[in-house]
Amino acid sequence: MTEDWIIVRFGEITVKGRNRTRFEELMLARVKEALASFGSLSYDKAYGRLYIRLNGESFDRVADRLKDVFGIVSFSPAIRTANELAAIREAALAVMRAVDPPPQTFKVSVKRAYKGFPYDSREMNHLVGAHVLRNTPNLKVNVHQPEVELKVEIREEGTFVHCRTVPAAGGFPLGMNGKAMLLLSGGIDSPVAGWMMMRKGLELEAVHFHSYPYTSEQSKEKVITLAQRLAYYGGRMKLHVVPFTELQTRLARTGYEHLMVTLMRRAMLRIAERLAEKSGALALVTGESLGQVASQTLASINVIGRAATLPILRPLVAMDKLDIIRVAERIGTYETSILPYEDCCTLFVPKSPATNPNLHIVERAERRLGEEMERLIQEAVTGTETIEVTETERSDAPRAGEERWF
Amino acid sequence: MHGIKRAVRTARVGLFLLAGAKGIEKKGGDGMQTLYFDHSASTPPHEQVIRTMAEVMAAHYANPGSLHRAGGEALKLMERARASVAEWLGAKPQEVVFTSGGTESNNLAIKGIVGGVGRKRKHIVTSAVEHASVYQCVRQLEEAGVAVTVVPVDRDGLVSPEQVRAAVRDDTVLVSIMHVNNETGAIQPIREIGKALSDCPHVRFHVDGVQAIAKVPVAWKDWGVDLYTGSAHKFRGPKGVGFLLVREGVRLAPLNAGGGQEHGMRSGTSNVPGIVAAAQALRIAMEGAEERLVRWRTLRRRILEGVREIPELVYNGSEREELQAPHIINLSYPGMRPEVLVHTLEQNGILVSTQSACSSRSLQPSRVLKAMGFDDARAAGSIRISMGDEHDEAAVELLLERLKKAVAELKPLAKTR
Repeated sequence: MTEDWIIVRFGEITVKGRNRTRFEELMLARVKEALASFGSLSYDKAYGRLYIRLNGESFDRVADRLKDVFGIVSFSPAIRTANELAAIREAALAVMRAVDPPPQTFKVSVKRAYKGFPYDSREMNHLVGAHVLRNTPNLKVNVHQPEVELKVEIREEGTFVHCRTVPAAGGFPLGMNGKAMLLLSGGIDSPVAGWMMMRKGLELEAVHFHSYPYTSEQSKEKVITLAQRLAYYGGRMKLHVVPFTELQTRLARTGYEHLMVTLMRRAMLRIAERLAEKSGALALVTGESLGQVASQTLASINVIGRAATLPILRPLVAMDKLDIIRVAERIGTYETSILPYEDCCTLFVPKSPATNPNLHIVERAERRLGEEMERLIQEAVTGTETIEVTETERSDAPRAGEERWF
Repeated sequence: MHGIKRAVRTARVGLFLLAGAKGIEKKGGDGMQTLYFDHSASTPPHEQVIRTMAEVMAAHYANPGSLHRAGGEALKLMERARASVAEWLGAKPQEVVFTSGGTESNNLAIKGIVGGVGRKRKHIVTSAVEHASVYQCVRQLEEAGVAVTVVPVDRDGLVSPEQVRAAVRDDTVLVSIMHVNNETGAIQPIREIGKALSDCPHVRFHVDGVQAIAKVPVAWKDWGVDLYTGSAHKFRGPKGVGFLLVREGVRLAPLNAGGGQEHGMRSGTSNVPGIVAAAQALRIAMEGAEERLVRWRTLRRRILEGVREIPELVYNGSEREELQAPHIINLSYPGMRPEVLVHTLEQNGILVSTQSACSSRSLQPSRVLKAMGFDDARAAGSIRISMGDEHDEAAVELLLERLKKAVAELKPLAKTR
């Protein structure tokens, strides 16, 4: 008898009343997507949770993937048995014997959700505990601080015995709360912002502004790598690469040097918004964090944000840089983000950018560009290259000729 | 694109070369077909792999470190190869460090770990049956003042995980144990050693997997291995390409100072065509691994059965099949100089190695067989038969027939003990 099952517990979705069925189906689909490379797994849906049978796959590997699936609160390797006392006792013993190193103390916690089972929880605690004690030398019961808490869940579909609960990502299953457009720069913050919103069930597309030749191919590659990392969490991701050179060089020639960043950011929001409308995204997501740089003072956020009509979600707004870095490390984007290639936000940046830009002056500067501004924005949108990425693949990479080399 | 044209031209040249490259398998003057049973020394690259190498070499000559688009494309190609290698071997792309082959990977792992530890007293644990690139590397470090414990092996050529664990001291920095032995094919209990070492977080665990990849299952991460060596020409890829899998978080001191390629662990302009070809070869090898394992096991059984009918020959290895790699069989003709046997077999159209190809030019008794407790006569008179994709029942019958014939020819010359 081995722990051949995983109990997967869902989080916030269980509170959602009537829509539960839809959420659970979405959850199952996301889990299956994430675990697609483990061919032998089989799945068994139950009320508010999911059972995965390993069928010989490695628990550690499956667990490593499962812990990053949004909507899962925790999971446990378990033995599943019929609702029979003898089988449950045997399973309990097997679970205890698999604990390495062998514990000195334990306690049994029985949950009897299936009331048709002849013994109640208290009786079962005793029946299971006594059996384990009898068959395990040097093991004692400690109800207050046990090394191992042996859990027995008796449910209609069967009994599950386990002693280890692995915390997972939490949040909502991806796509449950609609779709938004992430402004992905290549820095540390924006991938973290994307991950945080994905965790809340938002499906994301990403937009990146590329100013070739001022920014290199490598900086674009870097963003593709980041999008691929996000696609690890989201299954797949569309990355819109906007040709930004012309608009940016035009803005640099307006003569409002200290407003350069403000003007540029406003142009980005307008372009992102048009792309969002095309793909049915209902919000923009940015990695802005209050006070971090000149363009992220409250005054700047105000003046810049007014360029967009869609809501702008800023999940990092109240986070400290060090905490953002910590998340970036955890989600595996940090190493890529700190690669040295410049992105377009660091180009043409004045020595003293405005921290308190004046909306009237900004709007006047834009009015002076008049129709040219609209034309450049439209051209940027039209010239946008859309790359579809998954964790390991990308639509732009395998040119037909290369395929035969792999 | 002139690059493409060039690639096509080169591909044609490649095919032309291929047509002429059947040297080993061509029939001799007497019409006898030569059978190559020396796959553990090196394997024939797939034609497809040779073509890939030539095409990539022609089309992507730019340095993957260059900033321009051509450099970027070469880089992209290499990273795709890296991701593919990583996926087949259960690693993350950033855990794959490409090298020039098994020897470099082994040296990088061992010297990289030892060099990366600041304190003065350091200790390495290894086995008596390691490949020369581990054994000699450790010897070199020993001369430089590093303490070394060489764990013995049993009659089957296997170390005991308990003995490995017992050899670990407070100052131990590295345990290096090979996965599949290159002379005998013995499979070391890597999973058990990994488990035994799980309570020694200060010790890194290196495994030389050159003879194991695509031959036996490799779950290096699950087994607690920190560093795992592979070499492309052992699985029908090009020579001059290998890799070291380095678990995330493990720091290595580089062997060479330079431009900091391969995450700073292996400087030197990357061998893009070789790396792409190696990734392709690995993919092909891994796709066929399960089927091949079954086929080789059957053939191996038949060879052992046939060898038992030749009383002059003794088999060196475990009788338990699951402890032996499916493609290697080590035999001794005690009292016979092994190179005589190799040459006689060659005259009979069979190519094999004495001991391992790397040490076969020395006429010393095999260090590996000595470590297994065999006497000089048996340890000095060994040959290694190693199978490949092309072998089937007919090839094996031919091998046995010619082995019998060669032994019969040599019998009058054998020293009787």
